[in-house]
This record gives sequence, C-alpha cells and structure tokens, in this order.
Amino acid sequence: MANYSSHRGVLIRSIIGAIAMFMFAIFVLPPLYDLFCEITGIGGKTGGAYTATEITVDTSRQVEVQFVATNNATMPWDFYPVEHKVLVHPGESKEIVFFAKNLTGKDMVGQAIPNVLPNNAADYFLKTECFCFNNQPLAAGEDAELAVVFIIDPDLPASVNTVTLSYTIFDITDRVPVQVSQLQ
Amino acid sequence: MAHGPSQNFFSRWLFSTNHKDIGTLYLWFSFAMFLLGGAFAMIIRAELFQPGMQLIQPEFFNQMTTMHGLVMVFGAIMPAFVGLANWMIPMMIGAPDMALPRMNNLSFWILPFAFAILVATLFMEGGGPNFGWTFYAPLSTTYAPDTVNYFIFGVHIMGASSIMGSINIIATVMNMRAPGMTYMKMPLFVWTWVITAFLLVAVMPVLAGAVTMMLMDINFGTSFFDAAGGGDPVLFQHVFWFFGHPEVYIIILPAFGVVSQIIPTFSRKPLFGYSSMVYATASIAFLSFIVWAHHMFTVGMPIAGELYFMYATMLIAVPTGVKVFNWVTTMYKGALTFETPMLFSIAFVILFTFGGFTGMMLSIAAADTQYHDTYFVVAHFHYVMVAGAVFSGTAAVYYWLPKWCGKMYDETMGKLQFWIAFIAFNITFMPQHFLGLAGMPRRYSDYGLQFADWNMVSSIGAFMYGGAQLLFLFNVIRTIGWGKPIDDPKVWEGAEGLEWTLPTPAPFHTFSTPPIVK
Repeated sequence: MANYSSHRGVLIRSIIGAIAMFMFAIFVLPPLYDLFCEITGIGGKTGGAYTATEITVDTSRQVEVQFVATNNATMPWDFYPVEHKVLVHPGESKEIVFFAKNLTGKDMVGQAIPNVLPNNAADYFLKTECFCFNNQPLAAGEDAELAVVFIIDPDLPASVNTVTLSYTIFDITDRVPVQVSQLQ
Repeated sequence: MAHGPSQNFFSRWLFSTNHKDIGTLYLWFSFAMFLLGGAFAMIIRAELFQPGMQLIQPEFFNQMTTMHGLVMVFGAIMPAFVGLANWMIPMMIGAPDMALPRMNNLSFWILPFAFAILVATLFMEGGGPNFGWTFYAPLSTTYAPDTVNYFIFGVHIMGASSIMGSINIIATVMNMRAPGMTYMKMPLFVWTWVITAFLLVAVMPVLAGAVTMMLMDINFGTSFFDAAGGGDPVLFQHVFWFFGHPEVYIIILPAFGVVSQIIPTFSRKPLFGYSSMVYATASIAFLSFIVWAHHMFTVGMPIAGELYFMYATMLIAVPTGVKVFNWVTTMYKGALTFETPMLFSIAFVILFTFGGFTGMMLSIAAADTQYHDTYFVVAHFHYVMVAGAVFSGTAAVYYWLPKWCGKMYDETMGKLQFWIAFIAFNITFMPQHFLGLAGMPRRYSDYGLQFADWNMVSSIGAFMYGGAQLLFLFNVIRTIGWGKPIDDPKVWEGAEGLEWTLPTPAPFHTFSTPPIVK
C-alpha cells in the first residue's frame, strides 16, 4: 500500500507540469510563432524601419509593386492608395502615398497593418518610412495623405517580378483614448 | 453500517469519496449531457430535414452546432470515460480506492457547475456561443456575443476538472497497483487511461491558455489574436489545435482500452499482441503532439509545412493499424459469442476503421483543400467519435453493468438497441460523405436544393439513432431496478482480470487487502 507522501509527489509534479503547460501556451507559443514567421517569412510580415544604406541600383531589372488597401470590418474610413502600382528598380528608393479620410462625425485613431505577398518577398521589402510605424489619429471629417518610402532589396529572388503590399486599416480608437483627447 | 455508504441520499452523493459512487455520478452526468447534446443534434437535423428555414433562426442554429459539439466532447464523452476509469481502474489493479479521493469528489462536483454556466448562456440576451466548438478567433473574440465570458469560465472549470481527474488516475496507477501487478501486466484499459491522463495534463492547460488569451483580448485590450494590435488570428488556430489534436486521442484512447477488454472476453482468447498494443497506444499519444496543423491546411502554410504535417499524420495510421490488426487477430479462431457488448465492440472495430480511412483521405493536403469544412469532415469525425467513442462507451456499460449492480440486463433489448443504433448511425452519417464530396459546407443552417435528398435521409437516420439511446436509458434503468439478479463473480465465462475475482455485485469497498498478482 502506498503512503500519502508518494501520492503528494505525483500530485505536485503533475500540477507543476500543468502550470508549466499553461505558461507555455500563453508566454512561449505566441512569441515562438512570431519568431517562426519572422525566420521563414511566411506570415508576410515586413520588418520595422529600415535605415537606408548605400545600395547600388540594379537598373537591369524592374519589379512591379502593387498596392492594396483594405478596411477591417468595423472601420468606416475612406482608405486607398493614390497610385495602384509602380515600377521600380531594385535598390531604388520610392515614395508612394495612401489617402485616408475619417468620414464619421467623431475623432478616431486608425492603425494600418502591412502584409507582403509573395511570402518570400517579405524580407526584401524594406521600408525607410511608413505611416504604419505609428497609429493615425484623424479628427472628425479630417483627411490625410499617408506616405510610405520603400526600397526593394536587390537580393530579391529572381523568380519574383511582382510584389503586392497590402495594408489593412483597423479602428483602434478605444485602445488609445489619450491620443483622441490630444486631438481636441 | 459503519463501512457502507451513507444512508442519507444527499450526504452519500454530495460528499462521497468512494470511487464507485463517484464513477456512478460521472456516468449519470455524462448520460444526461449525452441526451442534452443529442437533443441539440435533433434540432440541427430537424432544421436540415428540408432546404430553407423551417423551425429555427440561423443564429440559433449556430448556437446549436456549437453547443452540440461542446456538450458532446466535454460533457458526454470525456466524463463518461472518467466515470469508467473511476469504477474500473482500482478494481483492475487491486487498489482499495483512487489515490486522492477528496480531489476525486471535487473534480466531479465542479463539472455540473461548468455546464450550468455554459448551458445558461442559451437563455441570456445575445444567446449562447455561436462560433463553432473550435471557437476560432476573431469569431469568438471580436464578433462573439457578450456571453462568451461565461463560455470561457465554463471551459476553465471543465479543464480544472479534467486535470484533477487525470492526476488522480496517474497517482492511482503509479502508486497503488497490487503487489506483483507490474506495468506490463496491467489491463489495457488501465494502460490506455494512464496514457490519456498524461495527455490531459499536458494539453488541458493549453486549452486554458487559449481561452485565457481570448479573455484578455476581449476584456483587457491585449492583441494575441487581433491583427490590429500586431497579433494574428492564425495563432489561435495553432494554439487550439495543439490542444485539439491530442484531445481527439484523449477521447478515443480509453475507447481502445474498453474494446481491448471486451473482445478477448467474448473471443475466449487472451488479447493478441498485448505489448504491441501498449507501444502502439504510446506512439499514437506521442504523434498526436506533432500533427496539429493538418486541421489547418487551408490557412496558407508553406509547402514544406503542408508536406510535413501530411506525412506525420499518415504515420499515425501505422500504430492504429497495429491495434486494428490485433483486435481482428484476437477474434481469429476464437470461440466467439455475440452478446451486446461484443456486438458494439465489433461494430467499433469496423466503423472506427472506416472513419480512420476517411481520416487518411483528409490527411492528404492537396485533397483536403476540397474536403475542408465540408460534410465529409463531419461524417469522418462522427465515424470516429460516435461509432468509436460512443459505441465503445455503450459496450462498456453493458459489459460492466452486471458487475456494478449484480443484475443482468435484457439481452434482447440490448441487441435490438445495437441493431437500431448500428443501422441508424450509418443511415445518418454515410450520406454525409456524399454531401461533403458534392461540396456541401458544414455549419450552415440552409443548403442548396441538390443536397436535399441525402439530408432528408441523414435526418431520418438521426431521429432513429436518438430513439435507440432512449432504449438504452430504459434498458439500464430496468436492469438496475428490475433486472434478473446474478451472483457469478465472473459474469462472462471468458472474462479475465482482478475485477472478475470480486463478488457480484461489487461491494462498496473492495481490495481493502491487496490481492497478490502472480
């Protein structure tokens, strides 16, 4: 017959195991997932701000860059790219503009999330400036031209001739009440 | 009656620490949930009897599909097998009770509260959960009804209950085996349950983590699954299926154990390939952790990922094939008789294998793009969940009920129930393969006219299957109340194992002195 202390050993080890799996799910899996997507580039997520360095422009090659704007379901703004596509040489710095207008009667804050297709182009799409690095507060009825400056890395795989940069704009007014009050 | 159960009804059942009483509570609770989940299924099939909306609103239909899945998985199947484990594991390994009896009481008595919370949402403003039993974000976060918080707390309580039940089983099996009962002498039901218990301790906290992240996204402004704040809804699917795939083996492994007890009894032969059964069970449990993304082939994975998850999934067919081979070989040249538990077990082997084959079809990433989220998937998992887990649970009740209450069930009524259930099950779910392959998507309250005939057939089968369960309930109550008393310790002439050395009906306390196993 086993005594109670050996039961307690199993109990304590199992509870520690269960708590460890809970912590693993909340604190390890999400960063691990982001890391995995970043390493493999499969999430289509682009990197943060890129500091321009001397890159030789590869004039022998042209890449078509297309722009797509999407409103998340609850977002009532007007949001679209001014030009829908541009042709660039890899290594060349290019500025393009998105237009956003708050059509509602209240002050709002938007946040654009970029995504690049095809997946294997995400790591070669370098943004030196992007409105997506910050959120965009717009007062009621206000509009704005939102700029992106990007460079296509000359190391872009030869198989890629077209790159699509997509922004989805989300309503995050409820999360940043401070900025809305600053607008007023 | 110092050593018997308390004579007061409330103190006996509310404060019980006896493994048999708690097992009984689990079994009755799970049967009540089975009838409730079944009632939800009847509403679904009644609405789908004809195209167009006849009986209920689409919003309510969504709540029905969600609640049917949640109640059946967490309320009916899992507690049913925990109930069987409570009843049988101490008797099978020669232990006087479970290792942690008061925790056993707690792990049962929080369950009714979990389901009261969950089911109560149906009567609240906004209705119950309507996002499918897989509760994918953002359907379950951004677009969920306000009652989603009740759902989250309900899942937390169910998870706590399962984890406590599992720890109890692990402690019992590790510490309380009778002298001479080595691990490789344990009955297979004990083996499959101890492996299941490890799976539960490993993955129920992941489910708790998933719903906790949902809770924080909904109420505390985090963005685990919300792209607006840098999160990713696909992450939810990964976390969910990291829990969800082991979960399907949590459901089926104890069913394997039950069938591995019953088939040798009625074949009058020892189980063929005992040790390969143990290793196959352990392999299935291990593989279940590394195949989760085969549920998500259509989210946009790289080819390498799809190939990996496809091949890893196909690998599971190997240990599963070993098990099916062993069951069939146990029956080969046996002196077979076909009592109700054996009929359900043979049907289990046949129909589970059929469900396994459709699983192989679904594991092919290229083909899954066509099958994904169609009725083909619904048919597949009902072949493994209903003909697998529910059939084996029914077999287990018929097999052990005479031992539990000392009375014999009505064999004719049992066989009648089997044949109705077997035929009705196939009438219900076989046509759903055709519907799925023809392109009918799951979880919709309406469908195109081309799907009308097979849906009507499927609904008729579902009503028959529901009727068979009422017959089951009647047979069990009739047995307990008015069954023919028996006192043969073995009950079945071919039965082997410690539980059959005990008197029939099993006394309230058994193996107070441990038996010696040679």
